[in-house]
Amino acid sequence: MSNIQQALKERILVLDGAMGTMLQAYKFTEEDFRGERFKDYPTPLQGNNDLLSITQPEAIKTIHGKYFEVGADIVETNTFSGTTIAMADYQMEDLVYELNFQSAKIAKEVADEFTAKEPHKPRFVAGSIGPTNRTASMSPDVNDPGYRAVTFDELRIAYKQQIEALVDGGVDLLLVETVFDTLNAKAALFAIEEVKDERGIDIPTMLSGTITDASGRTLSGQTAEAFLISVSHIPLLSVGFNCALGANLLQPHLEAIANKTDFAISAHPNAGLPNAFGEYDETPEEMGEQIEEYLKKNLINIIGGCCGTSPEHIGVIANIAAKYKPREFVIPAEAGIL
Amino acid sequence: MSEPNNQKRVTVHQSKYMKLSGLEPLVLNENSNFINVGERTNVAGSRKFLRLIKEEKFDEALDIARHQVDGGAQIIDINFDDGLIDGKESMIRFLNLIAAEPDICRVPIMIDSSKWEIIEAGLKVVQGKCVVNSISLKEGEEKFIYEAKQIKRYGAAVIVMAFDEVGQADNYDRRIEIAQRSYDVLVNKVGFPSEDIIFDLNIFPVATGMDEHRRNAIDFIEATRWVRQNLENVSVSGGVSNVSFSFRGNNGVREAMHSVFLYYAIQAGMNMGIVNPALLEVYDDIPKDLLEHIEDVILDRRDDATERLLDFAETVKGSKKEAGADLSWRENPLQERITHALVKGIDAFIIEDIEQARQEAVTPIDVIEGHLMIGMNVVGDLFGAGKMFLPQVVKSARVMKKAVGYLNPFIEAAKTEKQEPVGKILMATVKGDVHDIGKNIVSVVLACNNYEIVDLGVMVPPEKIIEMAISERVDAIGLSGLITPSLDEMVYLAKEMQRQNFELPLLIGGATTSKAHTAVKIDTQYNNAVVHVNDASRAVTVVGDLLNKKTSHAYVAKMKADYDEFRTKFLKRGKEKSYISIAEARKRKYKIDWETSEIVKPKELGVQILKQLSLKELEPFIDWSPFFRSWDLHGKFPDILTDEVVGEQATIMYKEAQELIKDIIAKQSLKPKAVFGLFEANSINEDDISVTKKGQEPFIFRTLRQQLKKREGIPNHALSDFIAPKETGKTDYIGAFCVGIFGAQELAESYKAKEDDYNAIMVQAIADRFAEAFAEYLHKQVRIKHWGYAADEDLTNTDLIKESYKGIRPAPGYPACPDHLEKETIWELLEVEKLIGVKLTESLAMWPAAAVSGYYFGNPEAKYFGLGKITDDQVTDYATRKGITKEKARKWLHPTLAEE
Repeated sequence: MSNIQQALKERILVLDGAMGTMLQAYKFTEEDFRGERFKDYPTPLQGNNDLLSITQPEAIKTIHGKYFEVGADIVETNTFSGTTIAMADYQMEDLVYELNFQSAKIAKEVADEFTAKEPHKPRFVAGSIGPTNRTASMSPDVNDPGYRAVTFDELRIAYKQQIEALVDGGVDLLLVETVFDTLNAKAALFAIEEVKDERGIDIPTMLSGTITDASGRTLSGQTAEAFLISVSHIPLLSVGFNCALGANLLQPHLEAIANKTDFAISAHPNAGLPNAFGEYDETPEEMGEQIEEYLKKNLINIIGGCCGTSPEHIGVIANIAAKYKPREFVIPAEAGIL
Repeated sequence: MSEPNNQKRVTVHQSKYMKLSGLEPLVLNENSNFINVGERTNVAGSRKFLRLIKEEKFDEALDIARHQVDGGAQIIDINFDDGLIDGKESMIRFLNLIAAEPDICRVPIMIDSSKWEIIEAGLKVVQGKCVVNSISLKEGEEKFIYEAKQIKRYGAAVIVMAFDEVGQADNYDRRIEIAQRSYDVLVNKVGFPSEDIIFDLNIFPVATGMDEHRRNAIDFIEATRWVRQNLENVSVSGGVSNVSFSFRGNNGVREAMHSVFLYYAIQAGMNMGIVNPALLEVYDDIPKDLLEHIEDVILDRRDDATERLLDFAETVKGSKKEAGADLSWRENPLQERITHALVKGIDAFIIEDIEQARQEAVTPIDVIEGHLMIGMNVVGDLFGAGKMFLPQVVKSARVMKKAVGYLNPFIEAAKTEKQEPVGKILMATVKGDVHDIGKNIVSVVLACNNYEIVDLGVMVPPEKIIEMAISERVDAIGLSGLITPSLDEMVYLAKEMQRQNFELPLLIGGATTSKAHTAVKIDTQYNNAVVHVNDASRAVTVVGDLLNKKTSHAYVAKMKADYDEFRTKFLKRGKEKSYISIAEARKRKYKIDWETSEIVKPKELGVQILKQLSLKELEPFIDWSPFFRSWDLHGKFPDILTDEVVGEQATIMYKEAQELIKDIIAKQSLKPKAVFGLFEANSINEDDISVTKKGQEPFIFRTLRQQLKKREGIPNHALSDFIAPKETGKTDYIGAFCVGIFGAQELAESYKAKEDDYNAIMVQAIADRFAEAFAEYLHKQVRIKHWGYAADEDLTNTDLIKESYKGIRPAPGYPACPDHLEKETIWELLEVEKLIGVKLTESLAMWPAAAVSGYYFGNPEAKYFGLGKITDDQVTDYATRKGITKEKARKWLHPTLAEE
């Protein structure tokens, strides 16, 4: 059993909150995003948050530190868009390895500092693997439903590159998150299996989907249970949901999968639904109250926050999580025998 | 002759069960029935499919897939193995197309090919957990292991053929030898989940006349039994029609053979397969003599079995398949029959059963309090547990009413006391409002639970509600309303109840009501209980809690506290929004570039009437989702028909609605009428629209503008922004319409008179759907014909529901223009009441209730928006523009005022 599996057996682990929301507070300008190194880069770079791991590493480190300080066990690397597919918008495909490697390295440094200070509470780094901005099982062209803007193999290759860099940079686990198209996620899982196989290592993997509409389905149309079945062929550290909804609206979907799987369950909801200004205004206390409902129902092993959550939210959540026992689950045996 | 082989169903070792998925899960368990795999999307199984693919008619090929799923296939097998087809390209293309069809891809896909390259291409384009059909040891262990490992990594289950390096297994020993070896390799060397392994043990024909084929069926069956007993967690599958291959052309015999084969194979543990349901006889319906001959062949019981069957087959022609309704419940004891009738909503035998009960009972009242209440309690429990749904309960009530109706004369004759209801509830739709579907449903549900209902109907003035509440000594008052002015009527009634020192609980329901409005506006007016009941299923528990003397005090206190807390939170929330002045908002209007914007002149200006249209034309335009919603069945149509929870019920309701519609169309008992007009128009003074009708003073529509403070660059919309301003010098156009469905009230009343509330509510719900469908239909006609700006549009009904068309048809009272007063202008402009007879009530609700009215905006940039809240300066401005008092303006704009 790896360290994180050990910790997961003992207590509910706390994942960090939003990175984007925290970065907004810095109000970085185009120049800040560019830094010295990309001063003359041909495309606008403002908004490329992943790039800040290279141009503003102190800010990223500070944010990781803030989350660890309030009690997070796991922080996510600043690599949500770290694939050649997502970086094509900025013509930064060639930087993908470096972005992921640096992000992992920074986060790991901060985690190691905290683990050294508090050895009884080891801190972990999860390599964040976003969904990319393309979907493998839906057509972007309404007039041509058979068309696909990206293929499984393109995704698999892009993900593999990201995964290798994250692993080289020292992440403890991987987090395939905000899955809105299950086929994209399956490509990521396929790539993870390839890396594990080629390197002869195990990498604990969390997988987190997104339910976007009131009918309780993913963007690509699957019910929560169908989604669970479609990703359960790989031994996962945890499966769960994040983003799109606040904690209260996410609960029924967590319940829908919790009694149908032996994997650990994770959730990192948004701070409510966005208001008319696109802002998330659920307070830490409001969110904490709703999260406590999960814990009372013994639904959860890993809990954190997504859009709109801050260290204050995570602090409240960590305090609440400490009061409850984790949900029973099974650590899957590594089945890759050959 | 030997007895049929009466072996019991095989006991299998199973700790894990296969789970597959399309958009929805397919999960096996110990109670799973045989899984039926559809094979019509297989070029080897369907000549038509092969032809369509060769001709690249993929749309029609999709229809075959859809037909399979509609017909009950739980998995669809897809195969393009044909020499003249590019199998890989076809597989990718077809699976991609299927992914865009939710009614097909809700089931798992079986990717079928003998070429690994095609299988892998398929695995790369399907998001759900598929089945691969198939792999085998035919080309050795190395290839087998490689493919299995890849399949595992792609996340699919797999069919393993009983085939190895030596050849295909054709007897019992070879089948189990290969199955065992394949299983060991998969489980121990690949780590393949055993529950994801499916063995295809080769079904070969019998009765071919060759001795070596005699044991083909029995060997398969016995090998199946061995596999299920010895190889933990696996499934067994096969293509059933092979077995009867030698009887091609004699479907009567084939159907019976399939059924006999399956009967024994399923007992032995075969749990999935490809079976054409059209080629299957019911086992018990097979004539005894034919059954004996077929069993002789399938089970290889006689040396001359084949010859005997061949001879006998000459006498067997076609097939007969007619099974009547299952009436076995009629054999049960009396109470069980009555309960069954109530739970299932079957009224065919209820009089007969009640008469028997009456004769056995001491007094007729005992039948109500005994037999019927026992049955209704079962209904209540099932409903409470979510195992029955609203429409079923209403049907139960119909049976109950019929039973009570039959007993009443006996009760009167016996002069015994009438049964004491547990409470008396007054129900009313408030003044000015005509919508009562929800109210009727709640009434029926409460009546089923033994409450007496005093239903005052629609458009009930507050004085009458107060008066009747006193004179009838009711225990609670329920108010319903759908349009926004009804909210104020409810507030007014709460105030009146307080003024007259009422203590009765007040229940609030209806589509525009909300917990927020109830808590903030109504609860504060009345010191006693006010409860917002958002769906009918909650009504019973709420009323129960309110009227229970022991708990009501605590319950009311809890509700009050809950609303108080909710109110505080809600009010705090509202303050975070900020607004800009109307003058500022106008500066931030939505700006269309009128120099380049395309203005299409309508082909037909002026007012037109449509009275002769058949409902049949409107039927395809019906959006069914709200129909189900009105019955508390939630989900999108057509997915709701197959929904795990409410699907069965929704399917029944849908079928009944279809039947009722057929009847309505045949008898023309509902009549659609519409009036619409297209006019020259310009926006003036920013927010008004001046409409020119030949030979008359211009009509002016007053629109309202969003005042919420938005981010820089995001406009503050008003509908007038979509019409060219007068100053541009360009002539623009606008339309207006009203559609109504007449006759629903009368038809519903006729059902009510027959104690049939179920169909009464159904009629109203259907009339509402037709009104909306009519509005959709008319909008389309206007777009492509009368106005003609979208003459070439080609949209499906789903597109229409999603509003993917060009131009909009906002309706007064809805988010873009919540002001109902503007209906009066539409009524004047189109002479609506005079031309088609739709009236406006004092609250500006339309009568008949199944009606829709609104505007047409044709500009491609026109889009739906929500007004949100507005501030006092716009109200003043609006009153001035419209020439009404500010008081009147405030009254009508009340629900949209920001400071309230």
